[in-house]
Amino acid sequence: MIWYIARRVLQMIPVFLGATLLVYAMAFYAGGDPIAAIAGDKPLSPAVVAQLREQYNLDKPLIVQWLIYLGNLVRGDLGISLQGRPIADSLQSAFPVTFRMALIAIVVETVLGVAAGVISGLKKGTIIDTAFLMVSLLVIAVPTFVIGFVAQFLLGVKLELVPVNASGGGFGDLILPGCVLGVVSFAYVLRLTRTSVAEVATADHVRTATAKGLSRGGVVTKHILRNSLIPVVTFIGADLGALMGGAIVTERIFNVHGIGSELWKAITKSDSPKIVTIVTLLVVIFLIANLIVDLLYAVLDPRIRYAK
Amino acid sequence: MRSDVMNPDAPRADQGHYVAPLGETPLQEVDSVDPNATPRSLWGEAMHTLLRNPVFVVSTLLILFVLFVAAFPGVFTKVDPTYGVISDSNLAPGEGGHVLGTSRQGYDIWARTVHGARISVLVGFFTMLLSTLIGGTLGAIAGYVGGWLDEVLSRINDIFFAIPLVLGAIVFANRFPNGMNLWTVSLVLSIFGWTSIARIMRGSVISVKNQDFVMASTALGASKTKILLRHVIPNAIAPVIVTATVNLGVFIVAEATLSFLGVGITNAVSWGADLSSAKDSMRTLENNPWVLFAPSIALALTVLSFIMMGDAVRDALDPKARKR
Amino acid sequence: MAISRRSMILGTAAAGTSAVALAACGGGSDGGSDGGSGAAADAIRTNGSEPENPLVPTNTNETGGGKVIQSMFSGLVYYTAKGEVENEVAESIDSEDKQTWTIKIKSGQKFSDGSAVTAKSFVDAWNYGALTTNAQKAQSFFEPIEGFEDVAAETPTAETLSGLAVVDDTTFTVKLVSPQSDFPKRLGYSAYMPLPESALADMKAFGEKPVGNGPYKFETWTHDQEIVLTVNENYDGPRKAKNSGVTFVIYSDPETAYNDLQTDTVDIVDSQSMPTSVLSTFEEDLGDRAVNAPGAVFQSFTIAQNDPNFSGEAGKLRRQAISYAIDRKQICDSLFNGTRTPATDFVAPTIPGGGAKDIPGAEVLTFDAAKAKELWQQAEGMQPFSGEFTLSYNADGPHKDWVEAVCNSIKNNLGITATPQPFPAFGEFRKQITDRQMKGAFRSGWQADYPSVFNFLGPLYSTAAADGKGSNDGDYKNPEFDGLLAEGLSAADDAAALEKYKAAQAILMQDLPAIPLWYQNTLGGYSNNVSDVEFGWDTVPLCYEATKEA
Repeated sequence: MIWYIARRVLQMIPVFLGATLLVYAMAFYAGGDPIAAIAGDKPLSPAVVAQLREQYNLDKPLIVQWLIYLGNLVRGDLGISLQGRPIADSLQSAFPVTFRMALIAIVVETVLGVAAGVISGLKKGTIIDTAFLMVSLLVIAVPTFVIGFVAQFLLGVKLELVPVNASGGGFGDLILPGCVLGVVSFAYVLRLTRTSVAEVATADHVRTATAKGLSRGGVVTKHILRNSLIPVVTFIGADLGALMGGAIVTERIFNVHGIGSELWKAITKSDSPKIVTIVTLLVVIFLIANLIVDLLYAVLDPRIRYAK
Repeated sequence: MRSDVMNPDAPRADQGHYVAPLGETPLQEVDSVDPNATPRSLWGEAMHTLLRNPVFVVSTLLILFVLFVAAFPGVFTKVDPTYGVISDSNLAPGEGGHVLGTSRQGYDIWARTVHGARISVLVGFFTMLLSTLIGGTLGAIAGYVGGWLDEVLSRINDIFFAIPLVLGAIVFANRFPNGMNLWTVSLVLSIFGWTSIARIMRGSVISVKNQDFVMASTALGASKTKILLRHVIPNAIAPVIVTATVNLGVFIVAEATLSFLGVGITNAVSWGADLSSAKDSMRTLENNPWVLFAPSIALALTVLSFIMMGDAVRDALDPKARKR
Repeated sequence: MAISRRSMILGTAAAGTSAVALAACGGGSDGGSDGGSGAAADAIRTNGSEPENPLVPTNTNETGGGKVIQSMFSGLVYYTAKGEVENEVAESIDSEDKQTWTIKIKSGQKFSDGSAVTAKSFVDAWNYGALTTNAQKAQSFFEPIEGFEDVAAETPTAETLSGLAVVDDTTFTVKLVSPQSDFPKRLGYSAYMPLPESALADMKAFGEKPVGNGPYKFETWTHDQEIVLTVNENYDGPRKAKNSGVTFVIYSDPETAYNDLQTDTVDIVDSQSMPTSVLSTFEEDLGDRAVNAPGAVFQSFTIAQNDPNFSGEAGKLRRQAISYAIDRKQICDSLFNGTRTPATDFVAPTIPGGGAKDIPGAEVLTFDAAKAKELWQQAEGMQPFSGEFTLSYNADGPHKDWVEAVCNSIKNNLGITATPQPFPAFGEFRKQITDRQMKGAFRSGWQADYPSVFNFLGPLYSTAAADGKGSNDGDYKNPEFDGLLAEGLSAADDAAALEKYKAAQAILMQDLPAIPLWYQNTLGGYSNNVSDVEFGWDTVPLCYEATKEA
């Protein structure tokens, strides 16, 4: 097990380096000139521009900039945004917000998704099952921003049930954006759980358990659920990264001031240091989540044992 | 939406062993097979199943309809979608001969919705082709050659996989200071959209290459390239086709999202762009909700049809699913 | 006040909506309905945006920081609501030849920390701002002062401006490179504020916790949430606060600020908090608490002089044809719900002498499709138009709508292809203009830093500002125009100067180096808790005037 973890962590290193270099290259070659963006309508003098370029290492070759960046990162220094503020500061206020939103999303997709999936899987072919399937298809087909937008219009503007705008950043404000963020994944979780439950429900050990006289609830929780959760867990792990990425759209619609909107602002301002830092962070979260998922396999499925 | 999770039955990269599904074929079904009938190929069999599947038929008809609209928008409206007179802005449905009314710019909403199909379909199609080509090639090489090459390609795949599709595309969009066109959008989306195909191709190739008939060809002395192209890929391609179909829907959504965020194709008549302008009239939307609903419905129907088709094709190609 | 060109392009335009929300503002966790720490009960809560730079006057070139600087610092002069210039710290600003100025300041003035405001406080601050190695964003404001070239060189050959000299504690002299009669008018801009000695010792610390000499003093700055100012007891000038403090609540999006206004959670909001989506309803929502008055922002689009389609006599006709083809009134009404006013000149109406309706040749700014077509045909006869007409803009600001509408107007009325050309980010858009790579027309505009007609003309259309030396991005050069401007600058009084500027604008109406579109109105609103709310000439509310029921 230890060896497996060690190997996985080692594998993460080149992925991490590659991803940061890729993002750095994109941000560096991005069309916008960050200094021009700072300047405004009235051009700064070439002297001041040169001064600022030097200050932000923009005068050095890409690879050198990247190495300087990595060096600082290793020392725990996330760098300074082009607006002269430590990037860590803005992330500190933005991260909890996105985290809260992602948490709502994950709760929605897991609890509702698994519940609906189990019902659907156990009652395969019934009206309930068909209804759930239809809903899930619809949710998958309609893009997040349309769902978000329509929900905002109907629930926020028309019915005034929820705040139109979630810039407060508290759990209350974030319920709607969180649900919108989670709703697509909810559909996937539902479908995965359904397939998996239907499969496991006819397995020998379940038949045996039922034959032994175990209660229906006992069978479902102990035998069916545990075994059918594996693909769901994988999915949620992979989903975490996507949630963070999807946040950029959801946060735009609901004016949530989280990582997604920070990233969007950084992109429009060609604030390369900030873009790279945020994307790097997302990549790290994604990698760690995937590692945890792999380890969870072992817990959920005793048949899987990791070789050295 | 993530295409890689659309297919829970696809072999996972790290799946150590294959656990046979339960619910074996009942004996009488085997007995009833006519031994003298010509055996149908996997594809023939699939076609047979598909044509009896209402989901497939409906989604195919829908797709054909969308393709028709994209190819011949003039059949549905004679109005130029880019003709906007500011004095005709925000007309209610029916006013001034505009079936669904007009937008803030005075564009005919119905015409915009009809003409929006083309961009969506083209971007989806080109991106699907390109990403399948990239992903399919890299995945097949990784799976077939194995060893260190597999390791390297898998890590590269991980790098691109770790950056979400839309996010990567947005960062990249600024690379094109004069805005994007059909080709650049397709290219950018392909750069971040090939990973799922590669993973599925790799898994599929690995499982096929260990089968007896491949070993037999090797024993007969066929060259490696020939085996890959003639035997392995044709037998491994089914799950790739399913994913590619679903991906088409994914890419259409991605294009709309980019347009919605204002970094899509410049000046295109696109559902995403129209939705983005609808957002500004949020508080007065009740005057004419079609500003919002028309492009939403068109987008949803198009994506839905591709996803349903992918679902149906998967069920048909997957013997496990077919039995249930 | 310190609304820079920057904010104009990105922020306040189109009632500041998405640009502010999406691009210009600092992010943050809180729209801030929680009460301010250290703020008294009758402190005014107003909308702000996260300053993009540390709060150093010479390094502030955008609205977020500018509003705070204006409240915390007093310059030599200040601007009344109507845009008149009055002395604030200055006792007198005199010059015989309009080139060498003697500035006397009132004695006994103090910074909020008790240290004295002296002539040296100004001279040191200006020298700091001008020196290249300090990389101050407002450096160019010191350009008119003698010796600027030396301190502003890439490797400076001097540390201080040779044109500045301290005579005694309350007197200093400024020598300019040329006679400029409107020099005193500029001195209320944030770049010209004095700095205490402690600032020059440690500018980094100062930027986070500034010490000023204005009506308010700095209390706290919680990044992305709020900046709290309380009354500066040491201030004794014309802008004395009628309340106990100002809290700038930092909003990253205008919707939140507007919602807060409706619930009286915030007291005064300006156009930055007026999202596009409320333009049609805000006057109804707020009743007499809504503000919609002429504003300080002038919007236009520029066509470079060297554009082959638009040069020579045919080019001149084409510019006029395009101007006639745009239905400004309809666009202002349909897209902006009357929150913009069609332009009648090149200067914003809140500037004394601006918004003039009697400039000769101004009829070119009215909509006349027939005339447009006729002029265009005439130009076609001389030299056929090749290619298509494009109008470039930055897509991260709220410009897409009107650019599209303008292009449609041109397309429908002239029968040519007119296409909007978006640039994803403001940075690249500016870069192309600065590098003179921009093809076709591009959006332009101006918001004055100080209330002067000259400020709308000189920096934008004079030969001296062309070729990258200023903001004359179309490289328009007309000696006759330059001559009139120069005469205006050295005119004996304001009235005489305005006459010259009017004549200069008449030339612009013929040549149309930029095609005027409209002025952005001053938009805003206030809560039920405050009264005596007045908005300045620069569209920013004068918070010190307002009173609040505690």
